[in-house]
Amino acid sequence: MFELDRSQYPQKKPDGTLDIDLSSGKYLKLWQGPQHPGITGNMAIELTVCGDEVVEGKTHVGYLHRGFEKLMERRTFMQCFPIVCRICVPEPDFNEYCYAAAVEELAGLEVPEMANWIRTLILEMGRINSYLMYLGGQAGALGLGVIGQWTTYVRDLMLDRFEELTGARIYHMFILPGGVRDRLPEGFAGRMEKALQEIESTLGDVEKVMFHNAVFKKRTVGVGVIEAGWVDSYGITGPNARAAGVAKDVRKDQPYLVYPELDFELVTGKDSDIYARADVRRRDLLLSVDLIRQILAKMPKTGEVMAKLPNVLHWKIPRGETYVRGECSRGEYGYYLVTDGSGYPRRVNVRGPSYTHSIALFERMVINANISDVAALLVSLHTYPPEIER
Amino acid sequence: MVMQALYDTLKQRFPLGELTVQRDNLAFITVEAVRLYPLLRYLRDHEGFSHLVLLTAVDWLEDGQFQLTYLLNNRAKCQDVGLRVMIPRDKPEMESIHDLWPAAATYQRELREMFGIDFPGSPRLEEEFILEGWHGIPPYRRDFDTLAYARETFRDRPGRETRDPAQHMKQQLYGDKGDV
Repeated sequence: MFELDRSQYPQKKPDGTLDIDLSSGKYLKLWQGPQHPGITGNMAIELTVCGDEVVEGKTHVGYLHRGFEKLMERRTFMQCFPIVCRICVPEPDFNEYCYAAAVEELAGLEVPEMANWIRTLILEMGRINSYLMYLGGQAGALGLGVIGQWTTYVRDLMLDRFEELTGARIYHMFILPGGVRDRLPEGFAGRMEKALQEIESTLGDVEKVMFHNAVFKKRTVGVGVIEAGWVDSYGITGPNARAAGVAKDVRKDQPYLVYPELDFELVTGKDSDIYARADVRRRDLLLSVDLIRQILAKMPKTGEVMAKLPNVLHWKIPRGETYVRGECSRGEYGYYLVTDGSGYPRRVNVRGPSYTHSIALFERMVINANISDVAALLVSLHTYPPEIER
Repeated sequence: MVMQALYDTLKQRFPLGELTVQRDNLAFITVEAVRLYPLLRYLRDHEGFSHLVLLTAVDWLEDGQFQLTYLLNNRAKCQDVGLRVMIPRDKPEMESIHDLWPAAATYQRELREMFGIDFPGSPRLEEEFILEGWHGIPPYRRDFDTLAYARETFRDRPGRETRDPAQHMKQQLYGDKGDV
């Protein structure tokens, strides 16, 4: 195969920036997004291409900015709780958990054990939803439309379980500071088991049709490699780091909730290309299925689910700051909360994993990619724009 | 105890400010702005704090200061350390750390736009990040009034009726008879 030395093009100016003269006719600006099937959510990529090769890519965000962090400064601690889940649509539970855990830590609240089990269950259910959505998106970005239809069907079964448990399908608002809203409904474990079996059987089909598919392999193996050395410099977390062979997972590194009592091994890959990342996520999904079974079996049958809260209308939290993290389906999700002794948070900062993945890392990875691979590359990083802009 | 030991080790090399131990594995240390860069480099290269978790600012309007928080994580030892840097609000400028972590450039671009804190030398600092065509004070500062901004910028759609909720309910429940 003819392989030219790509580092020569385009030439660089003395200050290190690329020398791209659009009027030369050699380069073309191409916008992918904000409305585009090859984009996750609403963001835009400004590509400069030479032939079909990308020489520069810039991520533009801001289409979903709602100013959550600023809004929270004007709301009481309890009023913040129903808005945090809206920061990330496909996996909202991590916002609720991290926010609740940060408030509990600063207010000195002790959460009942039963609530911790239910929280872990919900977070793992959310992870399954998010991964199922990803698998459909990853296959869809390469033209395998049917996978998305199958995963959407089984995701719907999981949404039914969420509806049964929390009363809502997307924004559950179930994990609030102090505990969770309710216990599991009667017969929940049996219905969950049926959904899990359906998910496992669908994943078997997905493996055959997607992961053994010649076209999918050809377009993903060896494409979009993340070097293990980038993991720290670009702040890479989650499956993107695990596919590069770095066994980085908050569930193991800094166990929270009831993860110390569950028995599991981390899923890692080694090739670090798009295929490896998709495969790590598929196996991680099966791990979550296993974890849910363990949780339902080991969980206490009775117990309180809510700590006693002070009057939430006049709830003041003493001055302090903390950072609470959890492992969501995309990587490390964290809340940095600063309080000043008043009834409102001084500052809330949300650390979403997409923040570094889709800007610094993606802009580095897209250089010298083929235009047709850009969509698959972006989807393989599993990014959600709302958590970048908050 | 672990965090206190780390603080003592660091104190032999760098002049440090106040230590706040939040948890067994999370502590916040106040440092002077000029000491920050060498301290970050030391923590990254010699103490294993190689993951920059986040970089953000807190506006202490009443003290006339911004607090910058650099949160670092040591995965092997499962420790987090947050470095607090106080900079004056009237001259908000800080050294850029994009050469230690390339990902930091994005945080610095956001802080410049949302808080108006300058990081000279950081790449693409002038480019708009989230806001488009924004003039006026940076919106995440405490003295930016969101309610006043919304009232000035947006108008109600014509033809839309706004009712006082209490009056409206009274009318619905009791009609013209008034309060019964």
